[in-house]
Amino acid sequence: MDDRLDELGQAIARALPGVVTGYTVAVGELTVTAAAAEIVAVMTRLRDDPAFQFVAFVDATAVDWPQRDKRFDVVYHLMSPTMNWRVRIKTETDEATPVPSIISVFPGADWFEREVFDLYGVVFTGHPDLRRILTDYGFEGHPLRKDFPLTGFLEVRWDDEQKRVVYEKVQLGQEFRNFDFLSPWEGTDYVLPGDEKAKAG
Amino acid sequence: MGEASVRSFTINFGPQHPSAHGVLRLLLDLDGEVIERADPHIGLLHRGTEKLIEHKTYLQAVPYFDRLDYSAPMSQEHVFCMAIEKLLGITVPRRGQLLRVLFLELTRVKNHILNITTGALDIGALTPPLWGFEFREQIMGFYERASGARMHANYFRPGGVHQDVPQKLLDDIEAFCDPCLAMIDDLDTLLTGNRIFKQRMVDIGVMTLKDAWGWGYSGPLIRAAGGAWDLRRAQPYECYDEMEFDIPVGKHGDCYDRYLVRMEEMRQSIRICKQCLAKLKLPDAQGAVLTEDNKVTPPRRGEMKSSMEALIHHFKLFTEGFHVPAGEVYAAAETPKGELGVYLVSDGTNKPYKCKIRATGFAHLSSIDFISKGHMLADMTAIIGSLDLVFGEVDR
Repeated sequence: MDDRLDELGQAIARALPGVVTGYTVAVGELTVTAAAAEIVAVMTRLRDDPAFQFVAFVDATAVDWPQRDKRFDVVYHLMSPTMNWRVRIKTETDEATPVPSIISVFPGADWFEREVFDLYGVVFTGHPDLRRILTDYGFEGHPLRKDFPLTGFLEVRWDDEQKRVVYEKVQLGQEFRNFDFLSPWEGTDYVLPGDEKAKAG
Repeated sequence: MGEASVRSFTINFGPQHPSAHGVLRLLLDLDGEVIERADPHIGLLHRGTEKLIEHKTYLQAVPYFDRLDYSAPMSQEHVFCMAIEKLLGITVPRRGQLLRVLFLELTRVKNHILNITTGALDIGALTPPLWGFEFREQIMGFYERASGARMHANYFRPGGVHQDVPQKLLDDIEAFCDPCLAMIDDLDTLLTGNRIFKQRMVDIGVMTLKDAWGWGYSGPLIRAAGGAWDLRRAQPYECYDEMEFDIPVGKHGDCYDRYLVRMEEMRQSIRICKQCLAKLKLPDAQGAVLTEDNKVTPPRRGEMKSSMEALIHHFKLFTEGFHVPAGEVYAAAETPKGELGVYLVSDGTNKPYKCKIRATGFAHLSSIDFISKGHMLADMTAIIGSLDLVFGEVDR
């Protein structure tokens, strides 16, 4: 299986030189990295080339790596029912750089791109209707970014006097407890308050 | 009626509409009674599942999957467990696999009963839910006897299933199979040839196979459009490769074919259940239901009372949890509604770095504008019913 995927990866890299920047095969899955600006060409070729036949759109999502320069991986999954294989296409982008929309190739990408925009704030050019999709009307921020707190910023409740739902700042009765389970023997760097004085000497 | 008296309307369908199957707010632009544009507003049930999972250990994240598609909970847990198992490289013991397949297929029956009968209710047939829900209730009873919960089972765990089931339960499931088939036949006589039912379903919401792939269709919807595609057969997992079952395929890709495909799938599911029950009696299917690797799965309760090591394992697993090697994986399985995928990114810690749930209904619902254009307002309920939407899953 891995050999077959390896050959497929080579074939894709050959078919799109300069656009596909590399491929890896891990846990029985093929990942192809491509330049974000050329994503439409990649998708079209993968769909239409009789050697690939990735006609089925599966998924589009993003992963946030805030420590990186280009913090977002935009990840697409495609499947070929005829050849019975799957591929994952990864591109990198940051908050400001838009990614071309692939709606023209796969109409099903519509909502998936809206979701990525909503939850990560990645902008897609050429998308006809890039609105928020999962979050509340008038929501601010992009909740799946790593710097967005789990508890959010606003909470809603029904106000019996005003007879409507009101938005208020989140009040936590107890601070959110995020335990650190990393082993103290495996390269963590705990900063204890007061320690810096001892080190400064 | 003159030309000028036909008015355009924009109406709100839902979010509180009985045939919206949950909280779907649909803005419909109507020309008279003909739908010109459908704009679904979803997210009214958005609970931030993916964000929550990033802050939970792998084991704590499993129950969130029950709450996605609450009409087929075990299928959802299963996909997440598969993703973890793929990254960890662990295998499920044979008895665990058989129990998984048995409950996955019961779940499929349970889901399809709900979909077909309430779909029929939406377009005016009251009897099917009354007949079907009796059997759905029994399946939830089996859920309870295996896991302790009627809906949110949390029964599948990374490495197998939580615990073995008593023989009496397997006997009762065996006794359940044939009456359930009889009920499906009854539904068949009630609906399949019914003139009114066919008038509401045939040629409604047509999606051709070529379009269906591009729209991200899967499961019964792709099969109704003529795609002989089932992940259980094409990319087998657990022990589906040794099960005998047929994959029903439709021709027209309309609501009626989707209904027919689901009906036949229920019969095939019962057939798989019977094979599982027979295989569970064989000597090679005895023994553990959960992999014995105590770095991932908790030790047995009895062991903990006497073994210090087992106690340590238990404590570590339920506080810190297990660490999953860094990497990324996409696991998908044929759930009753179609392909549910979990794209899991691990950074080597005890919590998922990213867990994207590729919900089936999300892709299906996104095409509703495409397939409902030009239909009558009343056809909308038939289309929504045939897409098999559950908003726990669509909104996540």
